[in-house]
Amino acid sequence: MQKIKKELLAVLLEIKAKHKNYWMLLIFTANSQPVSKQEDKHPLTHMTKALVCIKRVIDHAVAIRVKSDKTGIETQNVKMSMNPFDAVALEATVQLKEKNLIQQITAVSIGCIDAQETLRHALALGADKAVLVHTDTAHEPLIIAKILQSMVQQEQPDLIVLGKQAIDDDCHQTGQILAGLLNYPQAVSVSAIHTLTTDQITVEQPVETGSQTLVLTLPAVITVDLSLAQPRYASLINIMQAKKKPLDKLTLSQDIIVDTTPRVNIIQTCEPLKRSIGKQLASIKELHQLIST
Amino acid sequence: MTVLLLAEQENGSLTKTTLQVLSATSCIRPLEDIELCFCEDLLAEDLARQLLNLVQSRTDNQAYTHIIAPANSLGKNVLARLSGLLDIAMISDVIAIQDDHIFRRPIYAGNAIQTVSSAERIKILTVRPSAFPIFSLDQHTVLKKQYLPAFLTNHPEKYTKTRLINITPINLKRPALSQAKIVVAGGRGLGSAENFTLLESLADCLHAAVGASRSAVEAGFISNDYQIGQTGKIIAPDIYIAIGISGAIQHTAGIKDSKTIIAINKDPQAPIFDIADYGLVGDLFQIIPEWIKLLNQKT
Repeated sequence: MQKIKKELLAVLLEIKAKHKNYWMLLIFTANSQPVSKQEDKHPLTHMTKALVCIKRVIDHAVAIRVKSDKTGIETQNVKMSMNPFDAVALEATVQLKEKNLIQQITAVSIGCIDAQETLRHALALGADKAVLVHTDTAHEPLIIAKILQSMVQQEQPDLIVLGKQAIDDDCHQTGQILAGLLNYPQAVSVSAIHTLTTDQITVEQPVETGSQTLVLTLPAVITVDLSLAQPRYASLINIMQAKKKPLDKLTLSQDIIVDTTPRVNIIQTCEPLKRSIGKQLASIKELHQLIST
Repeated sequence: MTVLLLAEQENGSLTKTTLQVLSATSCIRPLEDIELCFCEDLLAEDLARQLLNLVQSRTDNQAYTHIIAPANSLGKNVLARLSGLLDIAMISDVIAIQDDHIFRRPIYAGNAIQTVSSAERIKILTVRPSAFPIFSLDQHTVLKKQYLPAFLTNHPEKYTKTRLINITPINLKRPALSQAKIVVAGGRGLGSAENFTLLESLADCLHAAVGASRSAVEAGFISNDYQIGQTGKIIAPDIYIAIGISGAIQHTAGIKDSKTIIAINKDPQAPIFDIADYGLVGDLFQIIPEWIKLLNQKT
């Protein structure tokens, strides 16, 4: 009976979200069943919260330059943007909020003071509030995950969403490390979200041999792939409204205490080996002969 | 001084990916110090816990010095979670091994290569299989093996926060993209999903796998199981034929280790020609049918 009520309520809430002037009278009969052991989240009062983790990176269209002293990549006067995978993460979460399956989205970023720009963008795209954890060092995934763990313990989100990898370091680790630290279930490179209730999320996780449909009990961590959602553009109105949304600033090692000693030492950063210049073929016959040998 | 290698097998033999990871691992330790670990569990959450127990059970001179996995979904999903449980910083997508603690890995879609060193008590790595040769294993060599049976199959009553409710296998009529010796890939230049069948006919003649650039996938010509590039699959076939693909950095990131790259494009300025070993400028809608005719003539 409780299940039917929950489903009915979910449908009604969806209708309410679409038609804001609907007046609805809901009558609940007294329930003589005992309260279940697991916390029974009442759909009317429970607020499903999401934490979306965003990284500011060199824009994907920029041709990067390796510094001649091999100490890293040139970032001065280079266009920076929200990591494309994180933009997808945010979009997917905003879409869930538009279906009233999530009630509050917090965007978090760990980085230099300019990351506030990226967070304002996140607010314009649909996040309700944003937090910058200010640090001028580029930390490795293990340390980032520990900082996020601290944020999760503070914010208590039901769903934590990250891009599957950052296009700068291409590590593809942070979400999984965070899930391990929190002992939360995980799904990686999620290509589809089938359902989200107050207790669980059903997603599609691609693997080499095909695709797995997983049901994760909340709270859970998911990392997303590009195919999950198409990020929207922020309208001017949204950008203006975003200025009024809260953007808090925390300082690493003051407000959040985590051991930031790096474990992996970067010895040098070089250009890759270049392939030698290729040969132009004159005709398809030449190509055919080439392949046949 | 043992190294744990997350291995996979098919029909009783080690997979090509596992043999490539074995080549990488043999740069660190001799074969007698390598232990292959076969896992039945499909859930990262349970598998990481099992591996944690295994690692913690090995102490002192029995302890693992390295845990190595391929940089595929198994390695990426499980090893990162395990590294969190062990409080160890892992290193992803290693393409070269300098010694037992210094490794090279690509960043920025392979546009830069980082040399890193780890002082962790256990070095945890995922390795890019296509960057290493297939290990030639003597049939008489006996390797140490470890089997981690599916935990849930034996303990269904144990509470788990993740449930696998369905598996959708890839429908493959051709060789798998990551295993194929020859790959024929199409880009936006193909123009439509129907035209992709032309590419597929060519692939059939060459006994090749079919791949696609992200542009082609986003345009809806083919599903993203076939996507090659930084955000798709990273492959290194013997022959890679790029047809109607402009050669954006994010795509070429996925094919750089191919032995021979051949490009067919009507635009002589297309960036793909910068990395192709052989190029043919022309209209693919004339070239492909002609090529298929030539290939059919031979047989």
